[in-house]
Amino acid sequence: MSSIKTTAIKRKRQMSSLRAGENISLFLMTLPGIILFLCFAYLPMAGIVLAFKSFRPRLGIFGSPWAGLKNFEFMIRNATFWLTVRNTLFYNVIFLFIGILGPLAFALAVNEVRPKRAARVYQTLTIMPHFVSYVVVSVIVFAVLSADSGIIGNFLKDRGMAPIVFYSEPRYWPWILSIVYLWKHIGYSSIIYLGTITGISDEFYEAAVIDGASKWQQIKHITMPFLRPMIVVLAIIRVGGMFSTNFDLFYQVPMNSGQLYPVTNTINVFTYNTLRNSNNVSLSAAVGFVQSVAGFLLVVGTNRVIRAIDPDLAMF
Amino acid sequence: MIKHSSKRITKRRHRPLEVGWRANAIINVFMVFIALSCLLPILLIYISSFTAETAIRQHGFSFFPAQWSLNAYKMLFEESFHQIVISYRNTFVLTVVGTVLSLFVMTMYGYAVSRNTFKARKALTFFAYFTMLFSGGLVPSYIVNTTIFGLRDSYWVLLLPSLVSAYNIIVLRTFFSSADNSPIIEAAKIDGAGEFRIYAQIILPISKPALATIGLFTAIMFFSKWFEVMLYIDSKSKWTIQYMLQRVMQDIQYLRSNPELLMSEEGAEMLMNLPNESAKMALTVLTMTPVLAFYPYFQKFFVKGLTLGSVKG
Repeated sequence: MSSIKTTAIKRKRQMSSLRAGENISLFLMTLPGIILFLCFAYLPMAGIVLAFKSFRPRLGIFGSPWAGLKNFEFMIRNATFWLTVRNTLFYNVIFLFIGILGPLAFALAVNEVRPKRAARVYQTLTIMPHFVSYVVVSVIVFAVLSADSGIIGNFLKDRGMAPIVFYSEPRYWPWILSIVYLWKHIGYSSIIYLGTITGISDEFYEAAVIDGASKWQQIKHITMPFLRPMIVVLAIIRVGGMFSTNFDLFYQVPMNSGQLYPVTNTINVFTYNTLRNSNNVSLSAAVGFVQSVAGFLLVVGTNRVIRAIDPDLAMF
Repeated sequence: MIKHSSKRITKRRHRPLEVGWRANAIINVFMVFIALSCLLPILLIYISSFTAETAIRQHGFSFFPAQWSLNAYKMLFEESFHQIVISYRNTFVLTVVGTVLSLFVMTMYGYAVSRNTFKARKALTFFAYFTMLFSGGLVPSYIVNTTIFGLRDSYWVLLLPSLVSAYNIIVLRTFFSSADNSPIIEAAKIDGAGEFRIYAQIILPISKPALATIGLFTAIMFFSKWFEVMLYIDSKSKWTIQYMLQRVMQDIQYLRSNPELLMSEEGAEMLMNLPNESAKMALTVLTMTPVLAFYPYFQKFFVKGLTLGSVKG
């Protein structure tokens, strides 16, 4: 064995001759990903010019004639568009609160509850709804709400009351959709908080107990400060997504019922229905354009705000 | 030491770090309520699938059915056995092939951009990251996929666009660079191993926890696919199990909102082909059971995985 020094020099020389080939191999490894991103993310991004064209299927996206802002004029005069904007913002504001406070409260409670074995059972059961698809959720909601055979309908019928026809009564749906949303996400979303809570050292709490802090004070002054960065980041991500909604929840759970549109139609559902059912590519593209651009600006804007508050929390 | 022994002695008494027994009882009551409200609706579907159709007709869905029966499954298999087998096969092929290919493409990408000797790492990280910030949206994607790639009614449309996820790539990159592998990599290179061999024989085997987590998320994503089927697929031979169920629900809603259809021939035929209430529940059971049977075993993986994702990219 030669001395450490000569091996080091030998190693260095070998390395530098390898670097050039190394970069080519590494690039080749990213190539499948690059091609997929180009085809299915970047090409559609370029296709966003559709919003400024009057689309002719035979001429394709880039061959179709320009239409200026005509598609947007159509969009602005479309009453349904404004309805979907209102609904989208309405639900996102509600989900911003319940989507953060619900899982947070759940995580705090699960962390305290005894015995620990029960805590694990509670957690496993509340995570369960995350693992059924929204198609299945729509069947479950149907089994509970259906006027003919649903659980609630039967309960009312047994007491001699008329069953509520939920699927044609818009006024219940803001509640139904919020409950379904919370039901599906509370357990799963709490995992991320719980991870942080269990990571907090016991020493903090022991010191607080010596100083006579109550459990409530411990949560307020120890647990919450640890969770705050995460809550801020999650809230920001939600603000960034203010213009889009979960298609499955708003399309599949109300079963695309026309009578419920006033409270269930959101931008994503509208874009789909305009594309597939009315075959109005241009209008749909204009709505999609507004959604994409607004979403992008919101993400970049909120990120800038965070950066001003605390650079460590910024995403980029 | 002292702390430990004192804990053992005061086992039955209240410890200062825990909530009092009264608060604990209240929390337990709440937890039982939440856990049951998550469990019971899903249980209702299982029970209803084993309920006699006449019992559902008379009393609706119930946790305590008047009459149990296996008829729903019998009927479902008799009437649509062929379609169920096809849809199941499609779903499983899609899930397995999709997850394997997806992990392969994403780990190669994530590994390459985690190497600090790679000159294009910053540019390629941003190339992936940007797709999270901005997207063309539904319409351009639909037009590009159908007119440029000709993927209308093609099985590939369910697979290819979903293979890469920028989020997963960034999580993988964080994982690869947080574990400092550079000494092993340098050593392997001295021994003459190429980049691909280092990735396949050294990096992948030591990254099993990350692969399990991302693999699980990806598998569930592929297993739940129905929207793309609704958007692109026409032939029944390419349906997934989720879409088969979605289609049943869609047809029911369609008939309900167009009652005059029931008089027509088309409507009557549609109604005849629709499974009855209990068979619908049986189909739902077939759709959700594969994932529900597995997730408790993977719980520790995705708990870890979500914490993994919280590491800043």
